[in-house]
Amino acid sequence: MSELITDVLVRNGLVFAFLFVGLIMLFSFWVARRVLRGLIPGVALAILLGLGLAFLGGERGIAEYPLFAGMALLGGAMLRDFAVVATAMGADLDQIRHAGPAGAVALLVGILLSFLLGTLIAWSMGYTDPVSLATIGAGACTYIVGPVTGTALGATSEVMAISIATGVVKTIATTVLTPLIARRVGLDNPHSALVFGGLLGTTSGVAAGLAATDPKLVPYGALTATFYTGLGCLLCPSVLYLLLLALAGG
Amino acid sequence: MTIYGVALLAFCFLAGKVTGTLLGAAIGINGDVGGVGFAMLLLIFLNAWLKRRGWMDGPTTGGLLFWSSMYIPIIVAMAAVQNATAALSGGWLALIAGVAVTVAALLLVPLLSRIGRPQSTRP
Repeated sequence: MSELITDVLVRNGLVFAFLFVGLIMLFSFWVARRVLRGLIPGVALAILLGLGLAFLGGERGIAEYPLFAGMALLGGAMLRDFAVVATAMGADLDQIRHAGPAGAVALLVGILLSFLLGTLIAWSMGYTDPVSLATIGAGACTYIVGPVTGTALGATSEVMAISIATGVVKTIATTVLTPLIARRVGLDNPHSALVFGGLLGTTSGVAAGLAATDPKLVPYGALTATFYTGLGCLLCPSVLYLLLLALAGG
Repeated sequence: MTIYGVALLAFCFLAGKVTGTLLGAAIGINGDVGGVGFAMLLLIFLNAWLKRRGWMDGPTTGGLLFWSSMYIPIIVAMAAVQNATAALSGGWLALIAGVAVTVAALLLVPLLSRIGRPQSTRP
């Protein structure tokens, strides 16, 4: 009997994911309002709860369990990007126009900062060869830039794993820290949201962090963040790696 | 009709992705550079243009607004399928580097936000 019911839920994974996420939202908003009395927004709580569930699973988070496989489709890149594009309906073109230059600068500064800081920390913790340093620095950009750079330069699989992990930590840290720190860094308007998207660059982190802070800002952050990974894949294994070689005196 | 709105969104999405992929190929990356961004700009322009012509009726806009409002649940699902265990497997280096980079970037937001900001918003 219960086996038959589970079977129905597994075979209709996406529909079950709608129900499951709906229940998470219901629970989060209830707790946020009744228990925490508005201390943490319901959206932020729901995202944190989602992250917590991810720790229970494996490589694909909770979708490792067949019952929750539909979550991977609902929360996958295709539907995420589809919904992000739809949020552009609420975006103001004038805001984008006057923040454009700042967004472009933020993209370059964001990649340079992540790469150099990531490299510096890797160096301080005992890595000295330029390939490993560049791969970990690239991972500090996003968890896609890391392995792309590592593959291009021929890094070891151990360094690749650290590089990917660094990118994943950045995504999670962005999700959790953004709503906490948003007011202090003036992240409350479209202009700074565009800059934020360019500086952080992790599409998932920027999207989740802004959603937890103020959903109205999401389209602006997403607009710049979408260029980050591509630019990172372009710059890290080429210009930035050569810069690193020059700094190392090679 | 509602499907017109969804189809319009799908058109913008795919056109943006194709543009991003072509741009990626042009600069020698096997991937998508800014696809979502191009799709968003296209949607903003098409929406304004169709509105001026009076072709965006209630149900059509509804098809778009539905997906826009599904955004947060999708992000919750996305959070639940992150490779969270990988974040721990990288050891202290990954944890320290990931958090440090995030904090540093967040602290630069107020500084870079000054570029091109209209004077009226900050008296």
